[in-house]
Amino acid sequence: MSDLVLTDHPALDALEREIASAILASADEAALEQVRISALGKKGSVSELLKSLGAMSPDERKVMGPAINGLRDRIQGLMAARRETLKAAALEARLATEKVDVTLPVREAPAEIGRVHPISQVMEELTAIFADMGFSVAEGPDIEDDFHNFTALNFPAGHPAREMHDTFFLPPGADGERKVLRTHTSPVQVRTMQAKKPPIRVICPGRTYRCDSDQTHTPMFHQVEGLVIDRHAHLGHLKWILEEFCKSFFEVEGVKMRFRPSFFPFTEPSMEVDIQCDRSRPGEIRFGEGNDWLEILGCGMVHPNVLRNCGIDPDEYQGFAWGMGIDRIAMLKYGMSDLRAFFEADVRWLSHYGFRPLDFPTLAGGLSA
Amino acid sequence: MKFTYSWLKDHLEPTASFDQIVERLSLIGLEVEGVEDKAKQLAPFVVGEVLTAQKHPNADKLKVCTVSIGKGDPIQVVCGAPNARAGLKTVFAAPGTVIPATGTELKIGKIRDVESRGMLCSAREMGLSEEHEGIIELPEDAPVGAPFAEVLGLNDPVIEIAVTPNRADCLGVSGVARDLAAAGLGELMAPRVKPVEGTFPAPLKVTLEFGDTPSLCPAFALRVVKGVKNGPSPQWLQDRLRAIGLRPINALVDVTNFMTFDRNRPLHVFDLKKVAGDLVVRRAKTGETLLALDGKTYTLDESMCVIADEKGVESLAGIMGGEESGCDAATVDVVIESALWEPINIAQTGRRLGINSDARFRFERGIDPAFTLPGLDLATHLILEMCGGEPSQVVLAGAIPDTARTIAFPLAEVKRLSGLDASEAEIRDVLEKLGFAVSGSTPVLDVVPPSWRGDIEGKADLVEEVVRILGLERVPATEFPRDADARKPVLTALQLRTRKARRALAARGLVEAVTWSFVSKGAAEAFGGGKPELALSNPIAADLSDMRPSLLPGLIRAAQANADRGFADVALFEVGQVFLGDGPGDQRQSASGIRRGTAKPGGAGRFWAGAAGAVDAFDAKADAFAALAACGAPVANLQVTADAPSWYHPGRSGTLRLGSNAFAHFGEVHPAVLEALDVTGPLVAFEITLDKIPEPKAKATRVKPPLELSAFQPVRRDFAFLVGREVAAADILKAAQGVDRKLVTGVGVFDLYEGKGIEADKKSVAIEVTLQPRERTLTDEEIDQVAGRIVAEVAKKTGAVLRA
Repeated sequence: MSDLVLTDHPALDALEREIASAILASADEAALEQVRISALGKKGSVSELLKSLGAMSPDERKVMGPAINGLRDRIQGLMAARRETLKAAALEARLATEKVDVTLPVREAPAEIGRVHPISQVMEELTAIFADMGFSVAEGPDIEDDFHNFTALNFPAGHPAREMHDTFFLPPGADGERKVLRTHTSPVQVRTMQAKKPPIRVICPGRTYRCDSDQTHTPMFHQVEGLVIDRHAHLGHLKWILEEFCKSFFEVEGVKMRFRPSFFPFTEPSMEVDIQCDRSRPGEIRFGEGNDWLEILGCGMVHPNVLRNCGIDPDEYQGFAWGMGIDRIAMLKYGMSDLRAFFEADVRWLSHYGFRPLDFPTLAGGLSA
Repeated sequence: MKFTYSWLKDHLEPTASFDQIVERLSLIGLEVEGVEDKAKQLAPFVVGEVLTAQKHPNADKLKVCTVSIGKGDPIQVVCGAPNARAGLKTVFAAPGTVIPATGTELKIGKIRDVESRGMLCSAREMGLSEEHEGIIELPEDAPVGAPFAEVLGLNDPVIEIAVTPNRADCLGVSGVARDLAAAGLGELMAPRVKPVEGTFPAPLKVTLEFGDTPSLCPAFALRVVKGVKNGPSPQWLQDRLRAIGLRPINALVDVTNFMTFDRNRPLHVFDLKKVAGDLVVRRAKTGETLLALDGKTYTLDESMCVIADEKGVESLAGIMGGEESGCDAATVDVVIESALWEPINIAQTGRRLGINSDARFRFERGIDPAFTLPGLDLATHLILEMCGGEPSQVVLAGAIPDTARTIAFPLAEVKRLSGLDASEAEIRDVLEKLGFAVSGSTPVLDVVPPSWRGDIEGKADLVEEVVRILGLERVPATEFPRDADARKPVLTALQLRTRKARRALAARGLVEAVTWSFVSKGAAEAFGGGKPELALSNPIAADLSDMRPSLLPGLIRAAQANADRGFADVALFEVGQVFLGDGPGDQRQSASGIRRGTAKPGGAGRFWAGAAGAVDAFDAKADAFAALAACGAPVANLQVTADAPSWYHPGRSGTLRLGSNAFAHFGEVHPAVLEALDVTGPLVAFEITLDKIPEPKAKATRVKPPLELSAFQPVRRDFAFLVGREVAAADILKAAQGVDRKLVTGVGVFDLYEGKGIEADKKSVAIEVTLQPRERTLTDEEIDQVAGRIVAEVAKKTGAVLRA
């Protein structure tokens, strides 16, 4: 009992020992309260002693006062300490009975279950890349007239290039004209040029349609096109933009590109672009390495007839355009093998290839990070 | 377009290797789709000479042969071919060779106890033909041990290129050679065609008769060659035609096919004896028929152009000849036709009749008009060479059109459009080698395109010619920085909403689908669509016939498909276009979703802490609110009315609106609609028209309004009301809120009860009201006073009484 300070008064010392052992013996807070009452209560043993001080002589009180008060203080201290000990023990005993099986599963967060379709994700990736280069996003109707889908784009009537488009038609209207489902997003370029004065920098993502259906073609698919019109934009700029795009999109240090002359009615010169890839690993394709080529897009300088058809003077302004399949580049980047699965809404496919709602593509965080 | 390397070398003296030529073809715009090199495939097969051939001791039909391949000891081979005999030169394959027809690797084996160390091959085993009567018999002078492919002239690789629609001139080998020569890979060999002197007037006339309709035939030339002996064409010609996949027929027909692929000059030959009277080029009469060379009978109409004699249609102009007047072994006098046709008309006729001939393919892309007569002469030379005979003079109806036109070509245009630095000499050289006539000098050249380049319209086309031949790799990638303006949003309000709605819905556990923009007519009608102007004329399938009026039919179908695969609890959404009409302004952007089974926002199916119940209208309502809130819609002010469209359950659905602007619906899908779509529920849905959400007012600053924090504790009071069952909870909340808009800062329903203990036509609605004092703590009297006003106001607006 180190905190028990004995006095010169054997009676006080005995009392203190007695109370102290009662405190230590108390098993719970109720028992401790009983000890307190018997010692410090109105008629408690210590209280009685304190009351006796009043009847003492000053000399006697000088000696006994501090002794009795000291006794009371020490008892109070012991009690407080015991109370803390008992409280902690009681809490521990309660907690010991409160046990759950923490291995029971919890409900998955909705944000872990929900998915964003790969086409949407890739469209946002494209937007992030081109927004950084100063492009805005233009959209237009899926149901188009012949002028915007073909004529303005320099497709002569009856030309074989028109036939290559496998167009879906709607019934002839009152004027005898048949609307079409746009076969590419190029009509959005036409609408943009008609509505806006150069300089123009837009990308046009959207749904497109061709009546064709097999292993690698679906009657509906997605394209993104880009359009730049100003006073000096030339093929070299187009090359740079496409190189920047490929590096950013495929998230590689560098990627070799091969530009091959081609033909589109709406561009002149026209080109198709192949990118460097490695197909030596079965079922996998890597970009920016290897010795193989893969065609990914078509592009060219906007044909002077197209500029004229949209009310732009081809001797004053010039520019370029490109187009590619969103579904296709999504497949290339993320490794889906079957285009048709994009539109089957099989939740197993969507959960596997889709993106979590909080995975926003940003340039700051890495597009697919 | 296919051709062989040796064929190309008829027109090009190469200065580059075969591999360089193949690589460059793609880089100048003649994309190589494939190279087939039989010599490489057949490299292991060599010429063997059968030295001895004895009957197999254990088999009547087999022989044991010894074969020499010119080196080493003779090899013993067991062979079953009836023609295996001593002295025969044939094809030998050593063990380890993969047999092309079967793909199996040859091994040393024992056939009926006699060892066989290789194989003597039939043409079928080599993948060369269907011939399998016996092993290949090679000429006696075939050198033993030499590669078989060489002996058979198969060491001529076949190149297949994709020719773009503008480059009709490269649908002939001579045109391909010209491009390669311009690109510096060799010398073009283009000897002038020597004119043929006809020795007599052609014994038939031709007239172009189009009356007052537009002519479909600018020029038609013919010549007769009398006294030909038609038979198989020479081996070199047969080899070429076979190499590109054509079947040799007879010399006369083979010459026309050769001219088609060699010079892009389709011709037609027919038997003079089978022609009755003179020829007329005219529109077909509706109902006229022609038995064509493909063995099919076509019914024609006035949009189509034909060549006819006095009996009727002889051939379908520029597309296919007639069977009746075709040339065969008995042909003695042949008519050779070289004509020009209207390309668009050829394309339309071919499409309408479904004929894809080599002639149609070329005429609709445009052939060289100036080569009409030289082509006729060249074909005549070939026929005279192969079949003999005597040529007539040429008959020409119409006139060869003059295509000459001059393009003013500023040299600076090359750099302006392409960024490529090219010297005047380079530019001139490219154009001249491609056949352009170049005159004038810096800074503007006068350029006349050659007659075979109908695709060249203006200076941009000339830039393309220069750049593609000099090489696109020479165009330097040039940085194209964004302009110096401040960054602005690149998305419109609608595009932003589309994105936000998508992320908000996915965050609620819905999975985004992309479904077809077209649905079945029945589905379109069930969801308020089905207008005739939105029905496709040529749908790809009967159930994908109409442009969708709503995203729901596609999503509901997808949900059922998932359920059929064993995934019954699915939550799907789509953000995409729906169609109200066929005008450019009739398209709307919709964000819609469905939940099926127990696909609740908090999780689906059974769970130890409590199973998920069936989805209900409030799940769909919560989804709609989440998406609307993400899109910035004023959700606190939205009105909810019980008037959703017909495809929803009439009693368990609602519309979200601001006054007359209804922009979202939610609820259970109508059971009859589910039944019509052959789908089972429970299934709830929502649709939001993103275009209709009012745009928030533009803000002058991004600073948020100052935050006001009250120092005083809010007070909460509960009220339980008894009201009629038909009373809307929203009306009770609105009444309570309206008592003091400043003081009452929150109202919510915390209990709803119908049933035992209250009258059948009543319900109990318990609400909690939050009062937020701002200047001082409310006294009990003040609180009681507000509570009294709330009870009175709710009673007044809804007939509610406070529950005892």
